[in-house]
Amino acid sequence: MTRRLLLLLPLLGFLLLLLFLYLGLGLNPFHRESKLVEESRAFPAFELTTLEDPEQRVDESLMPGEVTLVNVWGEWCPECKREMPQLLDLADRGVRLVGVNWKDTRDKAQGFLEEFGDPFEVNIFDPEGELAFELGVYGAPESFLVDRDGIIRYHHTGYISPSDLREHILPEVEKWQ
Amino acid sequence: MAVIRCLLVALALLTAGLAQGAAIEVREFDDPVLEKRYESLTASMRCPTCQNQAINDSDAPVSGDMRDRVYLLLQEGRSDMEIRDHMVQRFGDYILYNPRFEGRTYLLWGLPAALVVAGGILVMLLVRTRRNASVRALSDEERRRLETLINRGEGQ
Repeated sequence: MTRRLLLLLPLLGFLLLLLFLYLGLGLNPFHRESKLVEESRAFPAFELTTLEDPEQRVDESLMPGEVTLVNVWGEWCPECKREMPQLLDLADRGVRLVGVNWKDTRDKAQGFLEEFGDPFEVNIFDPEGELAFELGVYGAPESFLVDRDGIIRYHHTGYISPSDLREHILPEVEKWQ
Repeated sequence: MAVIRCLLVALALLTAGLAQGAAIEVREFDDPVLEKRYESLTASMRCPTCQNQAINDSDAPVSGDMRDRVYLLLQEGRSDMEIRDHMVQRFGDYILYNPRFEGRTYLLWGLPAALVVAGGILVMLLVRTRRNASVRALSDEERRRLETLINRGEGQ
């Protein structure tokens, strides 16, 4: 009898494999944990100017002090337009937002903010994508939540929908405040 | 009709491939060793936004930035290991086509080898039990049973 049951072993193994692969099919291939969040790294060092003023230099000392949502955006990015209402909502709730204007020109970026609203306390102008590279950004929009010690705690890739805001962003902001 | 459609699709894919190939810059190297290293490094890293393309085969902006960085780091004299680390630090383990051998990848790398070993042991055990069974002579009782079975066949 036990020998008979042993014959079922390969079938069992096959079913387990099937389950494993089936679960894999349900995963979102675009979802990846950011290495910076995984290792609780500090916001990377950088030295750039602000979008508003080419003379004003900013660096990583901008981050610590308050929980900040850093949003990487560009005028050329259609999804960034769609998430502006959600970002304005966040700013209305008193969350500090810092923009990273990625691979853009000052004129176009300023036009964008005039048209779609400006929820940002300040925008870091990153035309060459130096800071974005350090953050491991691979497509706009992407958002990083930085805690009051300047540590990156949460990463959101892609457009922030109203439900993302309620279910992910706001709870994370609260958690680190 | 179906054949024509197939041909058209094939042609479209071919030209798309050509257009993409043209978008990737050609880099000049003084040192052929550096050039080889550049080729193998960019072929071994996965583009972070594309589903399955190496950065030397993708015209996504981020792939271009990564190629620039690989080139820069090679010119600075960094080792392949340092360059891979540099990228993983920013874009995560995802970009490595060959994941590194570390804590959470033991299963990934070890399982195939473990299965081959287990299969080998299984085959050995099976062969051994078969061999033991065949050498053993029939007992008296088995011989009698065999005879009756043969006789019954002849009687019909």
